[in-house]
This record gives sequence, structure tokens and C-alpha cells, in this order.
Amino acid sequence: MARQISFADAINEAIKEAMRNDENVILLGEDVAGGADLDHLGDEDAWGGVMGVTKGLVQEFGRDRILDTPIAEAGYVGAAVSAAATGMRPIAELMFNDFIGSCLDEVMNQGAKLRYMFGGHAKIPLVIRTMHGAGFRAAAQHSQTLYGMFTAIPGVKVVVPSSPADAKGLLISAIEDDDMVVFFEDKTLYNVKGEVPEGHYTIPIGKADIKRSGDDLTIVAIGKQVNTALTAAEQLEQKGIEAEVVDPRSLSPLDENTILKSVQKTSRLLIVDEANPRCNAATDISALVADKGFDYLDAPIKMVTAPHSPVPFSPALEDLYLPSPEKILAVVSELIDDESIVTI
Amino acid sequence: MRVSEVQQESLTAEKAKWMYQKMVEIRRFEDQVHETFSTGTIPGFVHLYAGEEAVAVGVCSHLDDKDYITSTHRGHGHCIAKGCDLKGMMAEIYGKATGLCKGKGGSMHIADVSKGMLGANGIVGGGFPLATGAGLSAKLRKTGGVAVCFFGDGANNHGTFHEGINQAAIWDLPVIFVAENNGYGESTPFEYASSCKSIADRAAGYNIPGETVDGKDTMAVYEAAQRAVERARNGEGPSLIECVTYRNYGHFEGDAQTYKTQEEREQHLNELDAIIRFREHLLSNNLATEDELHSIDENVRQAVADAKEFAEKSPMPEANQLTTDVYVNYKPGGEE
Ligand SMILES: Cc1ncc(C[n+]2csc(CCOP(=O)(O)OP(=O)(O)O)c2C)c(N)n1
Ligand SMILES: [Mg+2]
Repeated sequence: MARQISFADAINEAIKEAMRNDENVILLGEDVAGGADLDHLGDEDAWGGVMGVTKGLVQEFGRDRILDTPIAEAGYVGAAVSAAATGMRPIAELMFNDFIGSCLDEVMNQGAKLRYMFGGHAKIPLVIRTMHGAGFRAAAQHSQTLYGMFTAIPGVKVVVPSSPADAKGLLISAIEDDDMVVFFEDKTLYNVKGEVPEGHYTIPIGKADIKRSGDDLTIVAIGKQVNTALTAAEQLEQKGIEAEVVDPRSLSPLDENTILKSVQKTSRLLIVDEANPRCNAATDISALVADKGFDYLDAPIKMVTAPHSPVPFSPALEDLYLPSPEKILAVVSELIDDESIVTI
Repeated sequence: MRVSEVQQESLTAEKAKWMYQKMVEIRRFEDQVHETFSTGTIPGFVHLYAGEEAVAVGVCSHLDDKDYITSTHRGHGHCIAKGCDLKGMMAEIYGKATGLCKGKGGSMHIADVSKGMLGANGIVGGGFPLATGAGLSAKLRKTGGVAVCFFGDGANNHGTFHEGINQAAIWDLPVIFVAENNGYGESTPFEYASSCKSIADRAAGYNIPGETVDGKDTMAVYEAAQRAVERARNGEGPSLIECVTYRNYGHFEGDAQTYKTQEEREQHLNELDAIIRFREHLLSNNLATEDELHSIDENVRQAVADAKEFAEKSPMPEANQLTTDVYVNYKPGGEE
């Protein structure tokens, strides 16, 4: 069997590959190495990131290229923007996407707009890696899914991988891309293992992937919800319903063609997005299909999302907050007239 | 610059015993959470305050319910010192319906507004502007109250530190900024991340008093806080107190703590321990007897055991709680 590694290790490998290829690639963030200036640690890192994703990088690349920062997101994300504008190719780690509140100006008004405002006389080859997602019992300020917010900003590319192999190939592409990319890593995926090719390879940003093909309905799912959708699809298969699961992999740019073609084939669309329901990726994709694929549809477009509330701490509530295979089946039963679906 | 010398009220025996009790409550509570967390029954992650008790208690001993505090991710100690109920806190940490926040917030967001406790906070640096705003509110509403902002050494590099303190200073707000310099922000040493020699030095930039005290010496914290609180209550504006301290556990439970040395850990757990030192202070100054302190120890042990049992036996929140408390008068998704 081919080599299986975790989502976290796939990201670690991607950073290594990119850093070996280009000495202008640097990584900066809080405790990305950890233990800075502590003699007793030698060249060891204390943490390698809060989840250990960047462990070991400082040994190979040294503290000039793996920079621990003060807890000052505006400071280092802003610095990464202009380091990028002046010839570096930085990767800034925003530990949790929730902390964007501390550095939104740097992303939204600086990084995203410099090129346009300068009439094309600048490029910002910056990647902001950030952790998102509920299900970790991390409560309202450490569990949000905010890719919709970034998708709304012109000048920002948004990538949301769902598997270890995609994570590695997409991250290498993001680092080598000349635009600013916000790269979302779901914290509950880090330990998930999958087949991952060795060495350097890229997956184009803006190309969706059909994770499962089927003729009866299209499920577009984002990030770890791709796995929820695949579980639901397996259960639907037992009922003779073949769902096609489309993983956009990037929300900006969005592979409109692959989504529209799938809906043309199946005539039914369900979107699964764990973000809050208003102004998110699901509503955006829904608008796309209502606009450009209305004639393909035999049923209303449906969505399974989180409710319009912050992420609750209590496990009893957080489990209800997230999309689930059961919720998907319940909605599919509205799309396809078959009462037995929900009782699988 | 030192906070202006004000008449020092001497510590009464009653107050001293209350302080000792709160410190022991914090220690026992955190040791219990540490123990239970390792069995897997506590969801999420927790940041324990054990080792830093002298700071929360030394400061909060000058406050009452009309005074506000803002806290951090490491908030259990501040909650206890400000009078939050141990049962309600423990139930919150378990995510139960009987928790102080109905299980919606958890360890990092415990709050009790009725006690002036404006919440632990998951965002580093979140407290500075909040404390400044609470101070503004107390000043304009003429409540006589003050606001205390507890923050870590890591937070002192966040932009909100500078914005919050500057605002409090230009408006002479009744705010006390209390740095808990425990040497590390996560695994990163204070000395690496901060260009200042001490956090107190930064007060000069805002033209307010700033001083550094041994944050494991309860009386030193108590006295510095007394000066700062008086100054605030007298309308003379904010102060900054840096308390040099240490966290006995890791950044969060599960942290291997390789950045600490064995030597420093042992020193802090033993001869530098704040509770041992305060206990000796009480005994040698005849503020309490060995028997009295022993019975406080026993009562606290029982109170924490009761809190744990209460949390364990409490129910989880009902499903309909998921979308309540988002707004006052708008229920997302409509009435069901
Ligand atoms: C804005 C923001 N950035 C980063 C974090 C992640 N984080 C949580 S606690 C912490 C370290 C805080 O250090 P310090 O202020 O010294 O407090 P201590 O943990 O030592 O009590 C960090 C970086 C966060 N919660 N919020
Ligand atoms: Mg600290």
C-alpha cells in the first residue's frame, strides 16, 4: 500500500518542500518553533506550533527562517504582507482563524488591495495558514469557520483542503502562487491519515475535485464536511441513491464549471458548509447555481450549515451545531421523494 | 515611578483569613481540574492558574461587586478571587446546564456579571479595551467602582495593550492594569518576545505609575494593589502593576513544558510557593492560628469535592439552548 501520513504531517512536508526550493520562503507565527533563546533547548523547538504541525522545521531551516513572533498578529501579519511585497515569500501562521479580529486590516486593507491600488505594480506572494472548525470543544472564540469572510474580499485567494494529499499539493501551490492565499486547516483533520505522494507536487488552486461520482444528486461540501458528505453518500447508496460529492478545494477562485456540470448531470443540489448560514460559501454557491444553472434543477437548492449562533462549548450543544450525516439524509429526503431515506 | 504613597490600611485578621481561603480554593480547584482532566471527563482544553494565586487574591481583596475585572484564558483564579461560585464554575468547565454560563462558554469564558467578573477571555489582549470601557462606565455612572485588567506577559505585546492603556490614561479612568508576568507566553520566554526590561517600564510611555512586585509575595501584591485602587477611586487615573509570578502547570493541560528547567520548577513549587509563604506570614504575624488555617484547608477540600460532584451530576444543556442568548429579541431561524 502507498504511504499513509496525517493531514498535519502532509502540511509539514509541504512547507519543507517549499522552503528547500526557495530560500525566500520563511515561516512566522506564535510558537511555530517555540522556546526561542532558551539555551537548554539547543536547536530543538519547544512546540512546533500549538498542534505540533511545524515540529522539526527549525532544526532544518534555523531561527532566521522559522520565526517565533510576539503575540501581536497585526504586527507579524502586516510585516509578512510587506515582506512579500518586497521580495520574500512568507508563510504567516494565524494560530486560530478567530484571531483575524486582531489583524484584519493587514489582510483586508493592505495585503488584499496593494496590488490593485498600485495599478498592478506589486504582488503579495503570501500564505496565511490558519486553523478553523468546530468539534474540538474549544468554544466560541476558537472554533469558527470564517472562510466565507475572506472569500468576500477581492484580492484574497481562499483554499480549504479536506484530505492530506490535497493539503500538501494545495499548500505547495499556495506558497508558490504570486497572490495572497488564506489556507484553512481544520483542527479536527490533523490526525486524519491518507495516502500522500512523496516529494514535490502541486494541485492547482481553483480546480474542484469530484470525491465520489453519482447521478442522483450533487453534494458540494467544504473542508471536513466533505467527509461528512461521503459518509452520508455511503448510506444513501444502500437506498439505491447515488450522490456525487464535489469538493471545491478553493472558494476563491471557485471552480464554477465543475459544480455546474455536476448539477446539470444530477439536477439536484445540496451544499454542506459548517459555517454560519448567512453570507457564507453555501449561500454563494447556491446563488451561483440559481443564477447560471437554474434550468438544470428539478428541486430547490438545499443547504446544511451551522445555525446562526456562535459555537457552543458544551459537547451536547456543539454536536448539534455541526452538520452530520443524519442532517444530510433528512434534507436529501426532501430533495428526493423517498421517505425511507431518513430511517436508514 | 511608584504608585503614589497612600495611607496603608493594615490587614485585618479577618481579611487575611479570607485571602488565605481564596488562595487555597484556587489551588485546590486547579489541582482538581488537573486531576480530572487527565481522566478525559473534561471537554476541550484548560489553562490552569495554580502558582499565581497571590496575584488574583492580592488584587481582588480590594474589590467588591461594584468593581469589574477582565480576565484571560487562564481565568479560573480571577473568577474565584472575585467571588464566583465554585459549583457553577466547575459545572461550566464540564459544559453542564448548571454552569455559570449554562455550559455555553466553558473554561475559557466563565463569567459572572453580577459579581463584576466580565469573563475569562479566549482572545489574548481582549481585556485591555474592555477594562477601559468598564472604567469609563463606572466613572460616567459615578458608581465609585474601578476596573481591573488582568493580563499576561505575552499580552503586553499586543496592540490592544497600548490602545487600552493610553485611552484610560488620557481620560483618567479608574482602571488598574495588572500584569501577570509568569515568564512565558505559551512556550516563548518574556525576554525574547518583549523589547522592554519590565512591563512596568511601559507605564512611563503613558505617563501613569508603574511598578514591579514579587507576584508570589501576597502582601507585596496586596500593598501595590491598595495604592493603585485608591488612586483610581480618587479619580487620579490608571496604574500598572507588574507581578512577577510562575504557572505551576503547563500552558494548557497536555503541554510537555520542555521550555522550563527542572530547577526553576522545583524552586517555584517549594520555597517560592505563594501559599506556603502567605501561611507563614499569617502565623508569624498572629493573623491566624495553625488550627484556623487547618480548618480552612479542610473546608476548601470539601467545597471543591462538592463542586466536582455537583458538576458530574448536573444535566447537559437542552437542545433548544443552541440558538438562545444570541440576541435579546431576535431568535435566528424564527420561533419554533
Ligand atoms: C489574539 C490571540 N492570539 C493568540 C492566542 C493564542 N494564545 C492563547 S494564550 C497565549 C499565550 C498567552 O501568554 P500570556 O499573555 O503570557 O499569558 P499566560 O498564558 O502566560 O497566562 C496565546 C499565544 C490567543 N488566544 N489570542
Ligand atoms: Mg505568560
